[in-house]
Amino acid sequence: MYLARRGWAELRNEVLVLPSRTLVLVWMLALLSLPVAYDDAYALRILTMTCIFAIFAASWDLLAGYTGQVNFGHALFFGAGAYTSALMSLRLDISPWATIWAGAATAALFGYGVGYLCLRLRGSYLSLATLAFPLIALGLLFAFPDFSGGELGISGLRRLTQSVTGNYYIAAIGMLAVVFGLWALADSKFGIVLHAIRDDELAARASGINTPRYKLAVFAISAAAAGFSGALFAHYIRIAGPSTLEVALSFQVVIWGIFGGVATIYGPVAAVFILYPLTEWLGSFKAFGELRLLIFAVIVLLVLLFMPRGLAPWVRDKIETQCPRCKQRNGIWKKMCRLCGAALKTEVPRAQRLVGHQ
Amino acid sequence: MLQDILITGLINGGVYALLAVGFSLIFGVARIVNIAHTAFYMLAAYCFYALLVKAGLGFAVSGVISVAGVTLASMVCYRLVIEPVREHEAAVLIATIALALIFQELMLFSFGGHYLGIPSTLEGAVHILGASIPYQRLLILVVAAVMLSFVWFVLYRTRLGLAIRATANDLEVANLMGMNVNRVAMATVAISVALAAIAGVVVAPVFVVDPFMWLAPLVTMLAIVVLGGLGSLKGSLIGALIIGYVEAITVFVLPAGAYLKGAVALAIMVVVLLARPEGLFGVAFEEER
Repeated sequence: MYLARRGWAELRNEVLVLPSRTLVLVWMLALLSLPVAYDDAYALRILTMTCIFAIFAASWDLLAGYTGQVNFGHALFFGAGAYTSALMSLRLDISPWATIWAGAATAALFGYGVGYLCLRLRGSYLSLATLAFPLIALGLLFAFPDFSGGELGISGLRRLTQSVTGNYYIAAIGMLAVVFGLWALADSKFGIVLHAIRDDELAARASGINTPRYKLAVFAISAAAAGFSGALFAHYIRIAGPSTLEVALSFQVVIWGIFGGVATIYGPVAAVFILYPLTEWLGSFKAFGELRLLIFAVIVLLVLLFMPRGLAPWVRDKIETQCPRCKQRNGIWKKMCRLCGAALKTEVPRAQRLVGHQ
Repeated sequence: MLQDILITGLINGGVYALLAVGFSLIFGVARIVNIAHTAFYMLAAYCFYALLVKAGLGFAVSGVISVAGVTLASMVCYRLVIEPVREHEAAVLIATIALALIFQELMLFSFGGHYLGIPSTLEGAVHILGASIPYQRLLILVVAAVMLSFVWFVLYRTRLGLAIRATANDLEVANLMGMNVNRVAMATVAISVALAAIAGVVVAPVFVVDPFMWLAPLVTMLAIVVLGGLGSLKGSLIGALIIGYVEAITVFVLPAGAYLKGAVALAIMVVVLLARPEGLFGVAFEEER
């Protein structure tokens, strides 16, 4: 009873006070209860893919948004996870439950390698140089078709479980775990260091932060999460093909990340949950089938013109305000800060407003 | 084989130089990483195809119209899409990606996904040192050389060029000196896309035209630009020749070279970046913290 009351108090005071946190809670519950309420195989299939790509987008955001290492070759990690897991489960006949972790580990190794090579690069140089790595890998795959399956990829993989609902829950719970893990990481002291590295690497180094070590760690973590999603993806669609390494996928994740709003983690996840089902749904119409990528690009372009910082920060600014004194967030309807009691909307007298602020 | 390598490398290098110099110009002046750059090249190739094969116009007429049309389209795109979000670097980036996707899908929708062939502008071949070069490839080389000299002339011998170089050097100071920075950026976009469009038109008869033809040169072009140093025109030119020759050597010498040519070119870029993070001729970006 005590625990229940304590839990309710936590919920009311920490989650329900902020519309954004309430939204996240509602989204989580909806995600977990969906198969019970609406058991349609097609919808579950789309949502499973959405969950897998959400992990991928969130991992990109940790690297590009928080640390400022805008990676144009994130597909490398996705592909590394997919191929490693596929090769191990098919050639060595190991259960996919084990190979997924091996895929994530290999991807982390790749991430460490790429991070090591790119330590001295900055800004646009880093973006454009990282674009090269998945393509080098792709070239090698095509050059050794006996090992990699060439253009056809590695097919005939086993799924993690046979039922549609089971696969959905694996993807959804995996997604929630990874995304909340990344979010917690980004909110911790570690995340603050990452912010510092993005904003001013020199100043961070001058403050005694070993920036190369942090950058390598972030590359490895982000790559591990991306490799995990790649392995899930390979075992879900039961094929690991060259499409997991293509430029299109790298660009796709950049679009998701920036469309949702960088350095938020939940932004890219929201973007995937909006854009991926939307494009699939549009693609299911016969008239739109061929035009779906076009519509997708036009939507992205139009939305960006109105919210250049991305979707999630825009929505958050609409439903919440920041307390001018303690910098905590409050619902837009609050007149007083819920934590420090400072007035949120000070009525500025008309004369003062005309003079401007000084 | 040696002659083949020499000539193929030179011709591919010329095409890459046309693309890379344009990209470098935009990056230098407006700090835009223009992913849609090669999409304009694809657009020009399609335009050329439509005017030449479908409408039956002459080679020269359709070439000029497609270059002019694509340049105009790029200026409209810049005004409508890029300029409103100029302050947000990330937004500009995915705006250009979205533009490229839109062009790709439009072409896919209007011409279909299959490969389209364009008849050669010039028939016949010339024999030099035992290697035969079709006139079409020679034309590519001549056009590339002429256009690059023209760009050099514009940049270093005209007032517009002075404005472009000044803006690339320091945008704010150029603005304070009374240059209309927006108009300079617009002119740069026009010049650079015109270069890409010209490359598209001359290359179309040699390569096949399809809606995804922008991806491969995009990656090579980015590798060249990074290799040579972002924003450096000399670097882009030399980088283009290096990558052109590396690709030619890979294709002719290694087994399975056609698959590996991209990988080898990109690996060279990575190696150069390891030694010199700012590229061969890039300025060290110490002050741009």
